[in-house]
Amino acid sequence: MPRDAARRLRRSRSSHRLGQNAGLILVCLLLAACILGYCAIFHVSQQRFPGSFELTSTVNNTMPLAMAALGQTIVVVTRGLDLSVGGIIDLTNAIAAVAMGESAASMVGWTVAVLAIGAGLGLINGLLVGVGRLQPILVTLATLSIFQGLAIWVLPQPGGAIPPAYSDVLANGDYPVSLFYVVLAALLWHAFRRSALGVAIFAIGNDEQAAAANGIRLVRTKILAYVLGGMFAAAGGLFLAATATAGDATTGNGYTLTSIVAVVLGGVSLFGGRGSATGSLLGAFVITMIVNLLFFAHIDPLYQAFYEGLFLIIAVIASTGVGSYFRRRG
Amino acid sequence: MTAQEERPAAIEASRIEKSFGGVRALAGASFSAVAGEVHALVGENGAGKSTLIRVIGGRLRPDGGAVRLKGQALDFGRPDAANALGAWTVFQELTLFPWMTVAENLLLGREPRGRLGLIETRRMEERAEEVLAGLGITHIDPRALVEDIALAERQIVEIVRVITRDPSILLLDEPTSSLVEREVEWLFERIGELRARGAAIIFTSHRWNEVKSIADRITVFRNGAEVGTYAELPEDEAVRLMTGQRMETLFPKPPPLPATEKVLELNGLSGPGVDKVSLSLHKGEVLGVGGLAGHGHRQLFFMLFGAEKPGGGTIAVENKIVRIRSPREAVRCGVGLALVPEDRKTEGLLLEMSVRENLTLSVLRRVSRAGIIRPAAESDAARRMIERLQIRAQGPGSRVGTLSGGNQQKVLLGRWLLADCHIMLLYDVTRGVDVATKHELYELIMRLAREGRSILFYSSDAEELARLSHRVLVMREGRIAAELSGDELSAETIVAAALRDSVAA
Repeated sequence: MPRDAARRLRRSRSSHRLGQNAGLILVCLLLAACILGYCAIFHVSQQRFPGSFELTSTVNNTMPLAMAALGQTIVVVTRGLDLSVGGIIDLTNAIAAVAMGESAASMVGWTVAVLAIGAGLGLINGLLVGVGRLQPILVTLATLSIFQGLAIWVLPQPGGAIPPAYSDVLANGDYPVSLFYVVLAALLWHAFRRSALGVAIFAIGNDEQAAAANGIRLVRTKILAYVLGGMFAAAGGLFLAATATAGDATTGNGYTLTSIVAVVLGGVSLFGGRGSATGSLLGAFVITMIVNLLFFAHIDPLYQAFYEGLFLIIAVIASTGVGSYFRRRG
Repeated sequence: MTAQEERPAAIEASRIEKSFGGVRALAGASFSAVAGEVHALVGENGAGKSTLIRVIGGRLRPDGGAVRLKGQALDFGRPDAANALGAWTVFQELTLFPWMTVAENLLLGREPRGRLGLIETRRMEERAEEVLAGLGITHIDPRALVEDIALAERQIVEIVRVITRDPSILLLDEPTSSLVEREVEWLFERIGELRARGAAIIFTSHRWNEVKSIADRITVFRNGAEVGTYAELPEDEAVRLMTGQRMETLFPKPPPLPATEKVLELNGLSGPGVDKVSLSLHKGEVLGVGGLAGHGHRQLFFMLFGAEKPGGGTIAVENKIVRIRSPREAVRCGVGLALVPEDRKTEGLLLEMSVRENLTLSVLRRVSRAGIIRPAAESDAARRMIERLQIRAQGPGSRVGTLSGGNQQKVLLGRWLLADCHIMLLYDVTRGVDVATKHELYELIMRLAREGRSILFYSSDAEELARLSHRVLVMREGRIAAELSGDELSAETIVAAALRDSVAA
C-alpha cells in the first residue's frame, strides 16, 4: 500500500468521535454561553440568580419546540424538509383542547389519538413525497396551509380547555419534570440511530442511489420518516396545549421556522445524512435561551427575529469552522 | 472443447437488447462465463460492457433477451434477485455513504445486534477491523468517515464489502481505475482466491496489462454486441477487434522540436508533497511528467494552476516571475489545466450545463457586449471549437454530463484554447478513455504542439508518456528523480526510474 497511508497514524476512537460530532460539541458550547449570558443579565436586572422557577418555565416553554425539532431532524436527515410542522402543531393543539376530558381514560386516549393523527398527517406528506415523488418543500408548504385551515375549522377562536392534571404531568409549573422528557427523547433518538430504520434514513440522506443499491427501500423509509416527523410534531402540539392549558389554532405557526433553526444550530446538515437529534434538542434550548436573554436585556420583542437571525448565521459559520478544524487536526 | 466449457455455466446471457433514448447500448449481445474463471470484457467506451454488467447485476431492466445465472432465470431490474443467486457487483460509481463510517458501510444490513435488536457500534467496528485485516488491509480505519478517506481506499472498501458477501458470481466494472499498482495487486490476489473457490469473476478494464495478467478468457465488445471470446489475444489484435484500427497508428509522433525559447520555468518550487522542483518548458514542447501515483504530480500541477498554494520557489512565465494565486490568475498568465479528476464529477466541468456554456465560461467577456452575452457570438465560438476538436456531441446545447469521458476532456481543452492558454497542463487526460478517443486526444495534443503551444503532460500510462513526449521527467517523493529523452526514453526506463528508490525504502 502507498507509503503515506502506511505512515499515517491510526486515530483513537475518541478523536474520531470528536471530529464526527463537532456540531454537537458546538451546540453544547453555544448553550453554555447562552446560559452564562442569561444568568449574568438576569442577575443585573433582578439582583439574584435564576432559580427553580426559571428553570421550570424555560424547560416547559422549550418542550413544544424540542419535540418539533426532533421530528424535523428525522425528516431533514433524509434530505427532506417538513414545513408543515407548524400546521400539525396547530391542528393537534386545537384537537386536544377541544376533545380532551377530565377523566384519565380520556387523557390517555386522546394523547394516543392525537399522536396517531400527527402520524397520519405525516403519512400524507410521506406519501406525496415518497410515492408521488414531489419536492418535500412544495408538498409540506401546501400541507402547512391545509393543516392550518383544518385547525381553524376545529377551533375557530382560542379556547377549549386542557385538564389541569394533564398540564401537571406534561408541563408541571412547580418542578422541572419536563427535563425527564428531554432525556427520554435523547435516549429514544440514540436507540433509533442504531435501529435498522435509523440506519436506512441516514443512508438515504447520504446517497439515495447508493441506498437503493444496498437494498434499502426508499419509498417506505421516506414515508416512515415523515410519519415520525408528524408524530413528534403532534407531541409538540400536546406539550404546547399543556403549557397554555388551552388551545389556539394559530400559536403553532412559528414552529415551522424555529424547528428548522434548532436543527441547523444542532449541527444537522440540511443536505441530509448527518447530524443528531440530540443536537437539535440542545438547539431548541439555545433558541429559548436567546429569547430569554433578549427579554431580560430589555430588547424590544419586535427586534427578536433580527437577533435570532444574527445568532443563527454566527452559529452556522462557527460550526463549519470548528467542524473542519477538528477533522483536520486528527 | 476447452477446459472452461466443461465446467458449469455461471452466466448465460443471450441476445440482450437495451436502448437509452435513441442510442442502442446493447444490440443483441450474448455472453457466457463458467464457474472458476476470470473473464474480461474489453471494448471501447460505449461498446456496451458496463450496460451488460448492470443488466446481469440486476440493476438495469433490458428491453429484450434473457439471463440465466447458475441455470436459473434472472428476474431483471432487481439487485436483490441477482444477489440471491450469488451475483454481486462492484460498480464504477461508488455506492458508499460518505458521512457514515467505514464500519457502517462495510456491514450495512448485517450489523452485530445487541439487546432490543439495536446495533452495537463498538462490536461493529471491531468486526469491520477483523474483516479488513483478514483481507490484508490494515491502513483503513473502520472508524473513519468514508468522506475522510482517499478515493482508492473507498474503492477498496467497496470491493471488500462485496467480497465479504462470498459471491459465486462477481461483477467488477472498472475496479482498478482509481487504484495504484500495489492495490491492483491486492485486488488480483483476492480475485485469485475467489476463482480458486469456484467463483466466476467478470471484469472490465481499459488497462491491457491487467487484462492480460489475470483474465482466463477475454470477450471483445464492439457497438453493443460481442465480437468474440478468446483464451489468447495479443494486444494489437485486441485493438484491431475493438476499433478496427491498427496499434502502430495509435500513437502519433511528436513534431520535431525547434530550438526555442523557454515559456515556463520553475525554480525550486516547493509545497505540500512537492520538494524543490525546477524545470523548464519550451515553446512547442511536450514535456512528460511520470512516476507512481502519490509522488507529488498532482500537487505540482495544481500549484501551477493556482489551485494549491506553493510554499517556496518561483514560477516564471515567459521569463517573468509570476505569482499564481488562483485559477483565474493562471488563465490570465496563459496557463490552462485539463485533468481527469479523481472523482470525475467534481472538478472543472459543469455537467448540468451545456457544451457551449462550458466552453465559453472563461471568455464570457469576449462573447458579450456591455456585460450581456451575445448568443450568436457564443454559439459561434462554441461551434468552431466543437468542430476543431471533433467533440462528439449532438450540438452546442447538449448537456456535458451526457458526453463520454473523452469528449468531456475535449470540452475542457477547448475551454483553455478559447481562453488563449499557450501553456497546457494535461493531467492524466486519457485515463478511462477508450482507444479511439485516446487516439483523437493524442492527435490533438500533437496539433497543439505544432501550433507552438507548450504542454506539460502527466500520465499514469508510461507507454503513452514515452511515445508522445519530447522529454520525460520522473518524479519520486515530490522531487524530480530523472530526466529521460532520446534513446533513453521508453516505458521501461520511466517505470524503472519511478521504482528505483521507493522499492528499497
